[in-house]
Amino acid sequence: MAIKKFAVACYNDEEVLFPAVKKVRHSGFKLHDVYTPFPVHGLDHALGLKETDLHVAGFIYGITGTATAVGFMSWIFTSDWPINFGGKPHWSLPAFIPITFELTVLFAAVGMVLTFCYLNQIMPGVKKHVFHPRQSDDLFVVALEISDANEQEAINFLKTTGAVETSVQIAESEWWYGRFDKEEPYEKYTTVNG
Amino acid sequence: MHLKYESFVREPLVDGEKNYHQVTEDIVRPIEQKPGRMWYVGFFFSVLLLGWGVFSVFWEVYYGIGVWGINRTVGWGWDITNFVWWVGIGHAGTLISAILLLFRQGWRTGVNRAAEAMTIFAVMCAGQFPIFHMGRVWDAFFVLPYPNSRGPLWPNFNSALMWDVFAISTYFTVSLLFWYSGLVPDFATIRDRAKTKLRKRLYGLASFGWTGTAKNWQRHEALSLVLAGLSTPLVLSVHTIVSFDFATSVIPGWHTTIFPPYFVAGAIFSGFAMVNTLLIVCRKIMGLEDYITVGHLEAMNKVIVLTGSIVGVAYLTELFMAWYSQVVYEQDAFKWRIMGPYWWSYWAMMTCNVVSPQLFWFKKLRRNIPFTFVMSIVVNIGMWFERFVIIVTSLYRDYLPGSWTYYSPTWTEMGFYVGTFGLFFTCFFLFAKYFPVIAIAEIKFILKTSGESFKKDMAPIDAKSTEEFKHELEHAHH
Repeated sequence: MAIKKFAVACYNDEEVLFPAVKKVRHSGFKLHDVYTPFPVHGLDHALGLKETDLHVAGFIYGITGTATAVGFMSWIFTSDWPINFGGKPHWSLPAFIPITFELTVLFAAVGMVLTFCYLNQIMPGVKKHVFHPRQSDDLFVVALEISDANEQEAINFLKTTGAVETSVQIAESEWWYGRFDKEEPYEKYTTVNG
Repeated sequence: MHLKYESFVREPLVDGEKNYHQVTEDIVRPIEQKPGRMWYVGFFFSVLLLGWGVFSVFWEVYYGIGVWGINRTVGWGWDITNFVWWVGIGHAGTLISAILLLFRQGWRTGVNRAAEAMTIFAVMCAGQFPIFHMGRVWDAFFVLPYPNSRGPLWPNFNSALMWDVFAISTYFTVSLLFWYSGLVPDFATIRDRAKTKLRKRLYGLASFGWTGTAKNWQRHEALSLVLAGLSTPLVLSVHTIVSFDFATSVIPGWHTTIFPPYFVAGAIFSGFAMVNTLLIVCRKIMGLEDYITVGHLEAMNKVIVLTGSIVGVAYLTELFMAWYSQVVYEQDAFKWRIMGPYWWSYWAMMTCNVVSPQLFWFKKLRRNIPFTFVMSIVVNIGMWFERFVIIVTSLYRDYLPGSWTYYSPTWTEMGFYVGTFGLFFTCFFLFAKYFPVIAIAEIKFILKTSGESFKKDMAPIDAKSTEEFKHELEHAHH
């Protein structure tokens, strides 16, 4: 938990957001994060974010599922309780294919979704500070981490980037357990320029 | 940068003058308002049907499976017919959400949320039938491979019915995860604009605390793509495995290699019909005509005519193979299908599935909403008869003429089927009231390329020569 001070700028179009993000990265201010209502293609590159390795995790989970299914069925039919089905071999691999496939998909999907939630730190009951109620509607929000010393400088800078609204906010920078219908005492929201 | 240009040849996917905020308004408004009278009436009748189904199932569980019309010769009747029918309907949702995502079909964005919901509810309905068909339903958990005190005695993993257990449960789980991962950002949208405390709290819980940072979205895109990649072979495997329930047996009419592709095509055929039935009503009642356009319905009608034709070819291939095989049992099975005591079910299937969808070759009819609605119901009647024909007319005259019989359902079987309609529509009504019926974030993503008002602005770009356009694009973002 860390309560920090943020300078927040809202943009109403992704065409304005891209040059603004470019300016922020060159400005030397500490960028906290960018919030968008939908996936904006190319924003991750504009921010210099690395590609996600989520699909690699998915592959590993999938392989685990394959190994689990083949291993489990092989063990049961050859050693734990071998049954003679119409004189067919105990280790009848082709008949294992459907269940092996299903378990591969199941492990990969469940594992990936759990990893996705873990990486993004999302879960029912988790609360994060929402910088602007319309950041999930039609505004693109850039939040800079600031101190008392560079507060005015940051706001002045953000105004030059085409923001439709700027503000200074003091808020928790991480997630916490909380309810969205309750305002926490440290979620101060000071609009400097509405 | 993303290229925000799409040819004029493609019709807009979002009609009207829309901006991002308007999209949110249009889709979230029905959730924030009190539902109309139609909703209450529909919901009430659905719950009524569900109640009737619960009573029918209770009756069956209390008195035993003998209250159904199935007998020693016809071991599978309406129950398995309905199981296959409901699973098949589910397939369209996954096709739209997964396969069309991989094919980069923009029109899927308008319909994928509702179609995926349909998948989940249809699979829920389907699952009831094999479970209660077991008879001693309290022992249903025996199908699960858990370490037990009976040896442990494991289920037979070489059985097609066991494959089905894995296929259907995996299909349900993965569909649910795929659907919900798409819903999370949209729940955040509803949460952030919620006026009442309760709504803010509940949608806050449902949104998992999503805020939509650039990294969140990057992972979300990766997740959607991989889940789509996983669901694509999954959906094909599910109906393939359902068809194995039949094809791996030695019953004339069932023991054919054509079954997997034929079942998958039929599943998509009936599923798209059900999507049309639901969305034609939904867009009207909820005022979503701008998002689910006639173009969307036409695209689905094209899939219906394609898959309907595949199914038709499969029916004819079956007949040809029965003749060509020179196996008298196979030939008789098909002869009696056509002109035996169940001739009416065969011809209902042929008319509804093969003949009538051919009318969709006419563009006028593909874009005619009342006609599409009627056709969507006709197709699903036809597809129900297909499963009835496959199951009952292959069983009622078996190898031993002494055990030939005629099967008709009892009121408990019919009540059970009616009850699953109740379950399906109860779920769908709740979904339409409390969930965003259209994927909000996804519509915003395609709005500037495929929205009607934005396409108008592309006229000057469209007038340019290719060379000029290429030159400008290369120099615009440096």
